[in-house]
Amino acid sequence: MLQARDDLLTVFMGVGSVLILASLVGWALRLRFSPEGGNAAIENLNDRIRAWWIMVIALALAFLGGRMGVMLLFALCSFAALREFMTLTNATRADHWSLVGAFFIVLPGQYYLVWAERYGIFAVFIPVYVFLLLPIVSALRGESRNFLVRVAEMQWALMICVFCASHVPALLNLTISGYEGRNLLLIAFLVIAAQMSDVLQYVWGKLAGKRKIAPSLSPSKTVEGFLGGAGSATLLAAGLWWMTPFTPCRRD
Amino acid sequence: MGREGRLLLRKTSARVSGRAIALFARLVTAVQPFWQGIDPLDRRQRIYFANHASHGDFILVWSVLPAPLRQKTRPVAGADYWGGTGLRSFVGRDVFNAVLIDRQRNGNAADPVSVMTGALDDGASLILFPEGTRNLTDAELLPFKSGLFHLAEARPGIDLVPVWIDNLNRVLPKGSFIPVPLMCKVIFGEALRLGPDEGKEAFLTRSREALLNLRPGKDGN
Repeated sequence: MLQARDDLLTVFMGVGSVLILASLVGWALRLRFSPEGGNAAIENLNDRIRAWWIMVIALALAFLGGRMGVMLLFALCSFAALREFMTLTNATRADHWSLVGAFFIVLPGQYYLVWAERYGIFAVFIPVYVFLLLPIVSALRGESRNFLVRVAEMQWALMICVFCASHVPALLNLTISGYEGRNLLLIAFLVIAAQMSDVLQYVWGKLAGKRKIAPSLSPSKTVEGFLGGAGSATLLAAGLWWMTPFTPCRRD
Repeated sequence: MGREGRLLLRKTSARVSGRAIALFARLVTAVQPFWQGIDPLDRRQRIYFANHASHGDFILVWSVLPAPLRQKTRPVAGADYWGGTGLRSFVGRDVFNAVLIDRQRNGNAADPVSVMTGALDDGASLILFPEGTRNLTDAELLPFKSGLFHLAEARPGIDLVPVWIDNLNRVLPKGSFIPVPLMCKVIFGEALRLGPDEGKEAFLTRSREALLNLRPGKDGN
């Protein structure tokens, strides 16, 4: 337990120093090249650094709140993601009750099941029960236009935004021998690896990016950025092996 | 508690309720303003006219206005719904300081246009729904009632700003009482005024077109 707390402290101190360094660099760049806020790239960088600070502070607060804090943080993330996803779908007012159910019953229900460690039902609640029942609710209003599209979009939204996201706090439920009491580190590891991949893809893309992957989707994603970012993030995550239950060279 | 104490309590609770309602609206809709024709920092008096699909419409417009504008902006609302007594009256009169007009015009009720010009002469900006009633049909926008024209005719020096409220009809559709969280936009267009020789029909058509033109594209939101 004490070891876990020391490790977490190390992680947050490390992340904190990186962010302080990034903020200083961003501030210096702004002072030097973009005093009026005219340089879009520097402004964008500083916006990103600010967003990382918010992310790290939110995560730190959640960790301070322990199990409950982490559940709440990811439930809120699911809520925000689902809200954005549903906005883009074809859901009409005929789906109103399905949407009410998705936001106010399915989402809290899924997180309750994770909280209560009911793995047996939590793993099938959305992909089986909600999947089969939600279309019935949507059919009640008798609106047949786009029915399959509407239902498929809602099911997909719940799978991605609620079912998948809820597996992050579910990491706390794992029992791993020799790793007791340290499960929070797994979440920290996941978030750091994912975030570093994003950051490094951005850096590689800015420095070496030439061939665009899908310019109509995202004008800034390049093959070089993707390969460099994914590669260096993998190396960096491997360097954080001490946060996980695994060792670099594992033979068993 | 004396009369003044009660008044202060009512005022304070109205202010707190206003904040709470605006916060709730933000939580549900993550509402964002888009300034496509006017400067939000410009504090001039305006008449905002918007599409009307839900009871939450003026709350959304009100909550995205910058604080200095918000304090001077009053929604125009039907006395039959927001007048009366109890909670609705508290929200209508105290929290949002609504300009209440009689939509039925029965008996000796005050003329709506003169009530609105009275509020304008006191220095208030107005939020107005020129369709006259909530749009519960499949049409994007109902035909405008003539109130906007009469108001523009009576006070021709005040800017009329079209405001498109996007997506709120999906948050709280007809006949439902539980809002679902979906993201909304409030789009402010370019100000317009009544032309020198512009007739009623021409002006109402022009202002309605100006509002319709603010709709975001259907494909990419």
